[in-house]
Amino acid sequence: MTAKTTVKSGSFLSGLLRHQIVIPLAAILLLTLFNLIADPSFFRIKLGMTNAGNPVLTGNLITILDSGSELAILAIGMTLVTAASGGQDISVGAAIAISGSVILRILCGPPGAYSGELQAPIFVAFLAACAVSMIFGAFNGSLVAFFRIQPMVATLILFTAGRSIAAWINNNKLPIISDDRFSYYGGYLPGVPIPTPFFIAVICFVITWAILKFTNLGLYVQSVGINEKTSRLNGLNPELIKFATYVLLGLCVAVSGFIKVSRVSTLNYSVIAKDIEMDAILAVALGGNALSGGKFSMSASVLGAYVLQYLTTTLYKFHVKPESLSAYKAVVVILLVILSAPAVREKLSSLVKKLHSPASSAGQSA
Amino acid sequence: MSPAPFFYNEMKVNDMREASVLEMRGIYKSFPGVKALQNVDFTLRAGEIHALMGENGAGKSTLIKVLTGVYPMDAGEIQIKDKGPVQIHSPQQAQQAGISTVYQEISLCPNLSVAENIFLGRGEGRLVSWREMNRKAGTLLDSLGIRVKPTQQLASCSIAVQQMVAIARAVDMDCRVLILDEPTSSLDESEVEKLFHLMRDLRERGVGIIFVTHFLDQVYEVCDRITVLRDGKLVGEYEIENLPRVQLVSKMLGKELDDMADIKNNIPVYSEESFTPVYEAKGLCSTEGIQPFDFYIRCGEVNGFTGLLGSGRSESVRAIFGADKVTGGEVRVDGKPVKITKPIEAMRCGLGYLAEDRKRDGIIGDLSVRDNIILALQVKTGFFKPFSKAQATKFADEYIKLLDIKTASVNTPIKSLSGGNQQKVILGRWLLTHPKYLILDEPTRGIDVGTKIEIQKLVLKLASEGMSVTFISSETDEMLRTCSRLIVMRDRRVVGELTGDQLTQNTIMNTIAGGEKE
Repeated sequence: MTAKTTVKSGSFLSGLLRHQIVIPLAAILLLTLFNLIADPSFFRIKLGMTNAGNPVLTGNLITILDSGSELAILAIGMTLVTAASGGQDISVGAAIAISGSVILRILCGPPGAYSGELQAPIFVAFLAACAVSMIFGAFNGSLVAFFRIQPMVATLILFTAGRSIAAWINNNKLPIISDDRFSYYGGYLPGVPIPTPFFIAVICFVITWAILKFTNLGLYVQSVGINEKTSRLNGLNPELIKFATYVLLGLCVAVSGFIKVSRVSTLNYSVIAKDIEMDAILAVALGGNALSGGKFSMSASVLGAYVLQYLTTTLYKFHVKPESLSAYKAVVVILLVILSAPAVREKLSSLVKKLHSPASSAGQSA
Repeated sequence: MSPAPFFYNEMKVNDMREASVLEMRGIYKSFPGVKALQNVDFTLRAGEIHALMGENGAGKSTLIKVLTGVYPMDAGEIQIKDKGPVQIHSPQQAQQAGISTVYQEISLCPNLSVAENIFLGRGEGRLVSWREMNRKAGTLLDSLGIRVKPTQQLASCSIAVQQMVAIARAVDMDCRVLILDEPTSSLDESEVEKLFHLMRDLRERGVGIIFVTHFLDQVYEVCDRITVLRDGKLVGEYEIENLPRVQLVSKMLGKELDDMADIKNNIPVYSEESFTPVYEAKGLCSTEGIQPFDFYIRCGEVNGFTGLLGSGRSESVRAIFGADKVTGGEVRVDGKPVKITKPIEAMRCGLGYLAEDRKRDGIIGDLSVRDNIILALQVKTGFFKPFSKAQATKFADEYIKLLDIKTASVNTPIKSLSGGNQQKVILGRWLLTHPKYLILDEPTRGIDVGTKIEIQKLVLKLASEGMSVTFISSETDEMLRTCSRLIVMRDRRVVGELTGDQLTQNTIMNTIAGGEKE
């Protein structure tokens, strides 16, 4: 009886090891273990008060959930783009600058006209940012899908031009929004102790989950990513599907940009969301998704995004200087990527099997 | 046949024929849930062409992969002449032991030149003398009678020439054992003849050749011995003279063969005017360069396109399904005029199309058997109406059972199935859409005899239930067994239509050869 269950759990474990979500999960586990051993106070969460008298939770875990949100939202779109087109969009950072600039332009009116009074509802500004980001997504998408340009080359155009466009929208001014209501989305809603960006990320994830569940987006995207010719013969329109993923990524960009601008109530065109495209691609890779397209796991990508934030927060906690942060991050990422390589995982799962089989035979003889 | 050109005189060749160049003894190999090879012996003599036969899943591929170091074997021994027992753990070690493989899908670099492909990765020195390399390649190709310029880019050569270049590369690496895995499946007749010429030449030079193929004709044309495997076990090794075709097939299937006889042309004869055609086209043509042609098919009819490779039969059915860009023609489905320019439009009209190239146009390799089965119906149903997992599994299970698909589960990626089972999955995919008219382009290519028969029977059964089927096969006897009307093509145009008594091998051959003879 015992022997039987051992065998079963062994095969379950090796089965899990083959699933790609094991990579970000293992990374989270490793980081947690490290922090538990090094300094368990890492996990302490305190209830504090803001200046306005609102209760807020603070602590490293809250920071991770808060700061990882933009990346998690971007990872959703990047996963779809990667799966369908077998390439990545490197213009998302620049596109965030554009969408942020659009929000400021709508809220503050023409450059120089801002007087502290919001010129339009926040909702309208957000919708405008969505529309503009999706248009730029469509631009990238049509280059990739209809003109068949390599995704990285196609998105290089917006990567190069994006921040200039962002500056141009507000005539290179940096208006600061003083209205408190605008800061809710990057900070805390009154009376809610958990940061709003996390809620937004959760909402985005739930919507994506629902779309994948109640439409055929997942099947279509994976089919096109794996075999375009077959997909066409089965009635799909591969160009349209690739195009659509870039437009969806545009939507994710708008949401991320909205949070980013709300956090600081303004934006710096050349600094906002800098290098976030690389982190978003890394999140997809850490989720065990092939960057050459095909099968994907959305949850693994999103977890991958939080793993990156977890890592960053851990390194900060141990007083790694910001300028050397990237180097440390790189080392850890290399380790994770090696561990997640299919060859290594295959070895690991057969090792697990071996470890279990003597145990089970011992159980049977006893 | 000319005597051995150089290397060996007559007597030596005879000596070598006796000596075995490769011996495999008691090979075992299992995968989770499958015993792929059980106590298999295999002997290859120098200077012979040895056919390795068996149905899909018989263990041919596994045996070859064990021999070439792709899979480690669980137990057994491999001996190479003059080298004794060898351990082969990687393709490189196989190469060093003198074993070379030329696969069905050529694993050379298409963007490099012929000479570069022959010498790639084998440079002793660090600097390359291009002139020297091209000269050496030229000599080698000449000695093997392969007519191609060493500087030509490989991609611009025909598949046959590419294969021969792969063989030349193997020969130049001093190979004693040459494995040819389905080399002829994408060649036309004259190319096959050239390949056989080269194989015979190598045989004279004392190379042992293992030949894996599904074409029985070719086995009897070129081989000296046959080893038959079934269900991972050795059935036996036979001299070719002692094993008539019928016996070979029955050994491969493991039963006496009266099954073939079951498939008879018992198709009902239609009075031509009694039915509106299910599908009818006038002056159909596409960008793939076929001449405008007329075509129709009636309810419950099985017809076929025949002609040599490249005659335009695949292009014709692709035009019918809207797979290529259609440039002209009027199409009627059930008598109503329709426009079919995209596959989805064809599917909505009740058409289904199983493409010729399974790997390129058929499977979605990484997706599960379940997703591969439901794909076409799912696309037809629409973006906003996905099947629940339970419903999809039900569909998949239904067709796995109906077509007897051998797969570990519905979740298994289709790429890990054998060729015949992959083909059945694709067939199941189209049957699930309940088409009125199903086009099958080479559904029996590259799959085992048993499955071939199953598919032919299925086609006749579907037709008797009222489905119209267009069936294309390179093997004319398959078409004669299934089709009641054959459209003959030559040089991308329809040159004839055969029915009734005209359906014989001879008439087909004559129609294909047609005007050129007169």
